Amino acid sequence: MTPLLATKGLSRHFGGLRAVDNVDFTLMPGEIRAVIGPNGAGKTTFVSMVSGRIQPSSGAIVFDGADITGMPAYVRVRQGIAYTFQITSIYANLSVYANVALPVQLTLRHGPSKSAIQAAVMTALERTGLADRAHMPAGQLSYGHQRLLEVAMGLALKPRLLILDEPTQGLADSEIDNFIVLVRDIASSATVLLIEHNMPVVMQLADRITVFNAGRILAEGTPEAIRENAAVQQAYLGTAP
Amino acid sequence: MHFGPHLLLAALEGLVTSAVLALTALGLSLVFGVMRVVNVAHGEFFMLGAVLAWAISTAISGHPAVGFLAALVIAPLIVGAIALVAERLVLRRLDYNPEATIVATIGMLYIIQQLALTFYGPEARPVEPPFSYRILLPWFGYSGYKLSIIAASALLLIATWLVLTRTRIGLIMRATQYDSETAQAFGIPVGRVYGGVFALGAMLAAIAAVLIVPISQAHYLMGQDPLLLSFIVVIIGGLGSLRGTVVAAVLIGLSDGIISMFFSPTLAKIIATLLVAMVLVFRPQGLFGTASR
Amino acid sequence: MSEASPAKAYALHLGVIALLFALSFVLPEYYHGLLARIMVLAVFAMGYNMLFGYVGLLSLGHAMFFGAGLYGAGLAIIQLGWGVPLAFLVGIACGAVLALVIGLLALRTTGVAFMIVTMMFAQVFSLLILYFATWTGGDQGQVVPQPARVLNLGATSLDLTDPTVRYMSALLLFSLVLLVTLAIVRSRYGRVLVAIRENEERTKMLGYDTFSNKLMAVVVSGTICAASGAAYALLFGYVGSSFASVQYSILPLLWVLLGGAATTLGPLIGTVFMYYVIDVSSGYTSAYLLIVGIALILLVLFFPKGILGTIRQRWLGWLP
Repeated sequence: MTPLLATKGLSRHFGGLRAVDNVDFTLMPGEIRAVIGPNGAGKTTFVSMVSGRIQPSSGAIVFDGADITGMPAYVRVRQGIAYTFQITSIYANLSVYANVALPVQLTLRHGPSKSAIQAAVMTALERTGLADRAHMPAGQLSYGHQRLLEVAMGLALKPRLLILDEPTQGLADSEIDNFIVLVRDIASSATVLLIEHNMPVVMQLADRITVFNAGRILAEGTPEAIRENAAVQQAYLGTAP
Repeated sequence: MHFGPHLLLAALEGLVTSAVLALTALGLSLVFGVMRVVNVAHGEFFMLGAVLAWAISTAISGHPAVGFLAALVIAPLIVGAIALVAERLVLRRLDYNPEATIVATIGMLYIIQQLALTFYGPEARPVEPPFSYRILLPWFGYSGYKLSIIAASALLLIATWLVLTRTRIGLIMRATQYDSETAQAFGIPVGRVYGGVFALGAMLAAIAAVLIVPISQAHYLMGQDPLLLSFIVVIIGGLGSLRGTVVAAVLIGLSDGIISMFFSPTLAKIIATLLVAMVLVFRPQGLFGTASR
Repeated sequence: MSEASPAKAYALHLGVIALLFALSFVLPEYYHGLLARIMVLAVFAMGYNMLFGYVGLLSLGHAMFFGAGLYGAGLAIIQLGWGVPLAFLVGIACGAVLALVIGLLALRTTGVAFMIVTMMFAQVFSLLILYFATWTGGDQGQVVPQPARVLNLGATSLDLTDPTVRYMSALLLFSLVLLVTLAIVRSRYGRVLVAIRENEERTKMLGYDTFSNKLMAVVVSGTICAASGAAYALLFGYVGSSFASVQYSILPLLWVLLGGAATTLGPLIGTVFMYYVIDVSSGYTSAYLLIVGIALILLVLFFPKGILGTIRQRWLGWLP
């Protein structure tokens, strides 16, 4: 089975700092992969290069067999890579509905009717539990709901790879539980790459975990294997009680 | 006159332009460097300096040097006060939002310019230079006053550099420029620093105008060219860099002088403006400045 | 944040057009000519609003697009002796080409740099007009001869210097551009432009090629402004460098701000109000531009949404 996403020797320097250092990474279709690691390990830089927000200093990115290293971000989105921002980036002055309508009107390319757009928008809003807030200005949503709106916008793109950057940050516990159900639901139709610091969420959701440290991949494996891994414990998790 | 001396004359004229331009551009550069604000009315502060110099020197009778010196001291102070009021009333209320500030300073431009038209009138009026001494070079005679402009400007630039790098006030200004939030956390009164810097920028333009007005005349539209040239200098020299400003002013002044003498002044302006637009498009940090954080 | 039904929106705009049509029979001669001029300039404002209100790009150089239309059409008649329709097309084409070139360059910058770059390019345009004064007439300007300003349509010929023909031509252009901007604003493309204005990075990450969209907006804006300039030359018979000066870059900004940026009818309201105020005050003092300065500062300090923008926010949320 060909990997959905593969990086070869992917690196990014900022002056003397090697934020991402020669990373070889593969992601199979249908996985839920969690990326964890201490702050500054290069996780966000890594996924920013995958989504196209920043350019790599060297290395290659291959998506579903095609080299996308030189592709601008907006083309990658059309190829099926969706990214939700670590720091919420929605259209605060537009309604929740309008926020989701924008990605929808892109995917329903060939002269979509108003009802087709509406159906697709409401589907995305219902999956994330925001349907009853459709006509609120997005800036008036609570922080947790704004994070969910980000996910709804990502969903509306009907991506093959959905990259979630610290999606549960700032969510209440009940909201996190709903979120876990949502991600499992998403994973039935898309591959999910998830950056998270919340370890219970990671352990519940991830099929496999990749651990970043100082710009490199420290370890990769099933949640149990990672939990037992001594190097990972030392760098990030702490020893088991 | 042969080509060599002609070139020397053009170069001297260019240096005089550079001297005045360096001071004016420095004012603009400081305001942008510290406050991150583009003051489109900067040329009008220049014009005010010249107009006030005329008013003061005609009010004071006696030897022209007395009137001139009075103007040199009083005019910048008045202009600085006006700038301070404008900053307090308008810019502070806008929270220094970049686009709103530019629109507001455009408004200030029209207000100052049209008030000058109302009270000063549309005529151009001369101011007598403080002294008329002609220095005789082998090929031509040159105005001693013009040479003194170069000297005065150099002195002022050095003084400004010393204040910026060696004094506590300069340190406060540089700290506010580098990181205004942290500066505020350290107890620096950022609001007052901004007011002071805006006033200082206006005063530099005013002093430059007072220096040049005995040679050119005071006219209510005379702020337009210095504004454009200051923009060019600041963009090419890099914002907030004193050294870059001076070097760029010398370059622009000299080339403007030389091109204007051998070709048409309009062509010189066209080339300069086009160059600067291209620099902004392709190399936004200018030739000397560092890219913004 | 509701949206009007197409019927409601178009009815409102057609109503405004009908009102302007009716006014032509009622207004005294001086105001008749004034309103014709205002309508042509309102087209300029609408073009500016496209870029400023809907994409959020503040240009300080739009005089060059107006000037491209003005001189394109005017010189086509004066220097080349072409007819009115062709001259108008030349004016628009000049504007479109210039907008494309400027857009490709200036869109590499944003925010304050964009403002300065557009201002500089406009300055170059203005200086070139002065430099090539032998063709353009420089700051003296040139008259577009009266006999040439006749539109020949088969058997009939319409004399553009006739006040009624002039008014109706201005109204026709205004109505066309008004309805076109309404259509754009309500379209998918219009929503993308607003999205770019609200959050460009987000819009990129939703799969939109924001550079192309912005470039298209610059070209549309520049073309509309050039149409206004071309009409101005043909209807009022004079091309002069003052129309390419920085003042004509500031005025559309003022008109749009006053009337309400990102509203379709705001530009008309702003132009009507401000042009009339300036016209009246220029009778009293030569320093009438003082009003421009005061208006800009008051608007930006206290009233940034403008007339229709405030009305839309407070009462009529459906106003396009």
